[in-house]
Amino acid sequence: MTALDQTEAKEGVDQETVDKVRNLGGKYKYGWETEIEMDYAPKGLSADIVRLISEKNEEPQWMTDWRLAAYERWLQKSEPDWAMVEYPQIDFQNQYYYARPKSMDVKPKSLDEVDPKLLETYAKLGIPLKEQMILAGVEGADEAPAEGRTGGGEERRVAVDAVFDSVSVGTTFQKELEKAGVIFCSISEAIKNHPELVQKYLGSVVPVSDNYYATLNSAVFSDGSFVYIPPGVRCPMELSTYFRINAENTGQFERTLIIADKGSYVSYLEGCTAPQRDTAQLHAAVVEIIAEEDAEVKYSTVQNWFPGDEDGKGGIYNFVTKRADCRGDRSKVMWTQVETGSAVTWKYPSCILRGNESQGEFYSIAITNNHQQADTGTKMIHLGKNTRSRIVSKGISAGQAQNTYRGLVSMHPKAKNSRNYTQCDSLLIGDKCGAHTVPYIEVKNNSSRVEHEATTSKVDDDQMFYCRQRGLDEEEAVALIVNGFAKEVLQALPMEFAMEAQQLVAISLEGSVG
Amino acid sequence: MAMLKPKTPEPRALDLAETRISAMTLPEGGWAEPARREALERVRKTGLPISRDEYWKYTKPDTLTAVEAPAASVFDGKEPPVFDQFDRLKIVFVDGVFDAEQSDDLSLEGIEIERLAESQADIHWAKEVYGRLEARGQSLVQRPLAALNTAFATDGVLIRVTGKPSKPVSLFYVHEVETSDAMLHHVVKVEEGAEVTVLEAGPAAARFNQCMEVEVADRATFRHIRAQGRDHERRAATHLFGRLGEESTFKSFTLTANGVLTRNEAVLELTGDNAVAHVAGACMGDGDFHHDDTVFVTHDAVNCESRQVFKKVLRNGAVGVFQGKILVEPGAQKTDGYQISQSLLLDGDSVFEAKPELEIYADDVACSHGSTSGAIDDEALFYLRSRGIPEAEAQNYLTLAFLAEAVQEIDDADLQEAIVERISQWLFRRMAT
Repeated sequence: MTALDQTEAKEGVDQETVDKVRNLGGKYKYGWETEIEMDYAPKGLSADIVRLISEKNEEPQWMTDWRLAAYERWLQKSEPDWAMVEYPQIDFQNQYYYARPKSMDVKPKSLDEVDPKLLETYAKLGIPLKEQMILAGVEGADEAPAEGRTGGGEERRVAVDAVFDSVSVGTTFQKELEKAGVIFCSISEAIKNHPELVQKYLGSVVPVSDNYYATLNSAVFSDGSFVYIPPGVRCPMELSTYFRINAENTGQFERTLIIADKGSYVSYLEGCTAPQRDTAQLHAAVVEIIAEEDAEVKYSTVQNWFPGDEDGKGGIYNFVTKRADCRGDRSKVMWTQVETGSAVTWKYPSCILRGNESQGEFYSIAITNNHQQADTGTKMIHLGKNTRSRIVSKGISAGQAQNTYRGLVSMHPKAKNSRNYTQCDSLLIGDKCGAHTVPYIEVKNNSSRVEHEATTSKVDDDQMFYCRQRGLDEEEAVALIVNGFAKEVLQALPMEFAMEAQQLVAISLEGSVG
Repeated sequence: MAMLKPKTPEPRALDLAETRISAMTLPEGGWAEPARREALERVRKTGLPISRDEYWKYTKPDTLTAVEAPAASVFDGKEPPVFDQFDRLKIVFVDGVFDAEQSDDLSLEGIEIERLAESQADIHWAKEVYGRLEARGQSLVQRPLAALNTAFATDGVLIRVTGKPSKPVSLFYVHEVETSDAMLHHVVKVEEGAEVTVLEAGPAAARFNQCMEVEVADRATFRHIRAQGRDHERRAATHLFGRLGEESTFKSFTLTANGVLTRNEAVLELTGDNAVAHVAGACMGDGDFHHDDTVFVTHDAVNCESRQVFKKVLRNGAVGVFQGKILVEPGAQKTDGYQISQSLLLDGDSVFEAKPELEIYADDVACSHGSTSGAIDDEALFYLRSRGIPEAEAQNYLTLAFLAEAVQEIDDADLQEAIVERISQWLFRRMAT
């Protein structure tokens, strides 16, 4: 990535971010695997495995029962087949449903005692040392001075919860968040320490039997993140979860629950990577967001799971259910996603606009190259009066990839004076890929306005010529044009993520021209 | 190429098919028999539509698949049939039965017209088309009602166009019996360089299952203007299959007013380079009205153009459905695909459901679709009222303007005028209520 080598840190962007982004060059950067001794549950899925996962997480009886009920429901459900994706039958019995680093058993006293392999992993992921200590579970690490991630003179900090295969390995900045009353921890800790909140909200947005993968997740989720923002609190820093699948043949099933109480605000980032392997791996997560009155949640994802190699071997099957419930009046949820990874993506972050004047927004860039397949979009369900939703989806398809936008906009009879605007644009690079749009529009009252627009086009020859003429090579030119095409979405991302995403866009499209 | 997966049929769908089939007799003999038998197999394999089918999500198929057609009273609008003032070759079917008395002589220069019921030879030009286009149209989305039609329809017209006939062929459908159940299957073949206009009008029957297969050869032109009958309680499932050759033109427009259930399917395939296909529809629904346009356009050649323009005006709980698709096959470069579906909801009870799809496997294309739904623009209404036009009248003008884009798809100015006249009559008749 030559263009970036000359880039100087611009105002507001720290050198570290630039370095990090620069390092992203070349092939799939996160393709390594860490050889760590793992503690596995036996392969396969049964009621006993569900009990075992529950036991490993030291869960109370109600949680075990909840999981078992989900497992029973899952047995009765069949895999959905309506998405425009094709993949070989998944053998659900040939998977590990629980794996965690052995070194987690005893809390290390200092970084020296931490499994160096685990530290190496964090270093490769670009997590600062102080945060590494916390993530590795070093005792007293929280008291050590935080170095944070500085940018442009102003301190910019991000609290991280890292999930390694099945378990959350550590959460940073917990103390500081506690001062503000914010609860940010792994969901297993939340089940232990805040059962009243978990019991009240878990499964209230994505019911246990919502869909095949969500039901599976409800039965076997091993860990994930939990966020509670008390009334009137503006979360002092961005919260972030980092997911990594490391072990082979291991499904990752994380569960995220975000509760924004009345008048609160939180911005949440999610990133994910996985090693390069030639067998496909399963990832089925559930994210539930509850926004009470006047609350606002911003959820940003940069999904960079291993996409499989150039011939379509391996990669992650990413079957994710993400849903936000805008319960309170004037609540607002904004989903932003940059989907560049995964062999197969099946993901529809949705908003239920229940409160009057609530707002839902969905900004998405989905890039598929080589043999990747993505079927992604959103659902905006307008139930309350004067609700607003906005969908901006940019699909980019290259190589032999298939990229589908699938979305639903539903205006219920009582959702008077509501408004939706949808824009889906697809860009095709090469003549062997596909770009598809499957929107569902259901309008049941006449005071609401629904507008849907979609276009499909290729990279414009004139634009290419203009760029080439100014000395950019073909790949750089395509990257630049695609970044321009996706600008509206990139701008919706938090600063650091936006930088990374722009670079990812270029990398994902490598080898797609010429 | 398309990625829609074949579905294992539900036992209920198969049962429905068997029940329906056992209540009918398969016509025997003649050139059409093999096509009929194949179609029967298709129905047996897929079953009949049920609500769980992806493309029957928004329209209940039960009254269309039932053995007995639900009764529909005959509407006496006392208005002259829509194309009456035009010089045309008229072919009349009463409740699906050919009426020689009311029909014109079937001979006209540049065109051969024959009735399916009377065409018993073993060799016939229509053999290349009958059931063939319908079968091709099943490959991505199943249309069992069309296959059922191919198998069991005993009559219809076979039109072969070799020149440029002086007047349009007009199919006029009369509904007389309250419980009539009609099935007609038409075949049109427009030979190279030939041109024809086909008009269709009338309610046809209490329940009408219609199929029209149109083969448009290179440089040929097919125009189709249809006004579906006004009977309030009638039900119809129509299927228009078209295959277009090089530099050919296909233009179809449908006006639907009233009818408790209408499902109009159009399945077009552009197989020759530089072909042009336009399908348009305007519908007006009041009260117990359910209208469904399901359109599927496949681009399988270079530099073709397709347009889908559908407008729906709905009031008093009427339901409008649009399911449209532009499929661009690999290699169909320079495709220009356009699709618009819009609804105007005149009150809070009406419903619009749309699924405008794009499925694209070629990169050098410009495809777009738009779909909107909303009420009459208050500002425009205010503008007209401030100039002294009463509210109801102003509303009608705005409604006419809303439907214009679809109506303008009719090339012939006089025919366009006749359709606009129909729409205004409908609107102003309801103004008082």
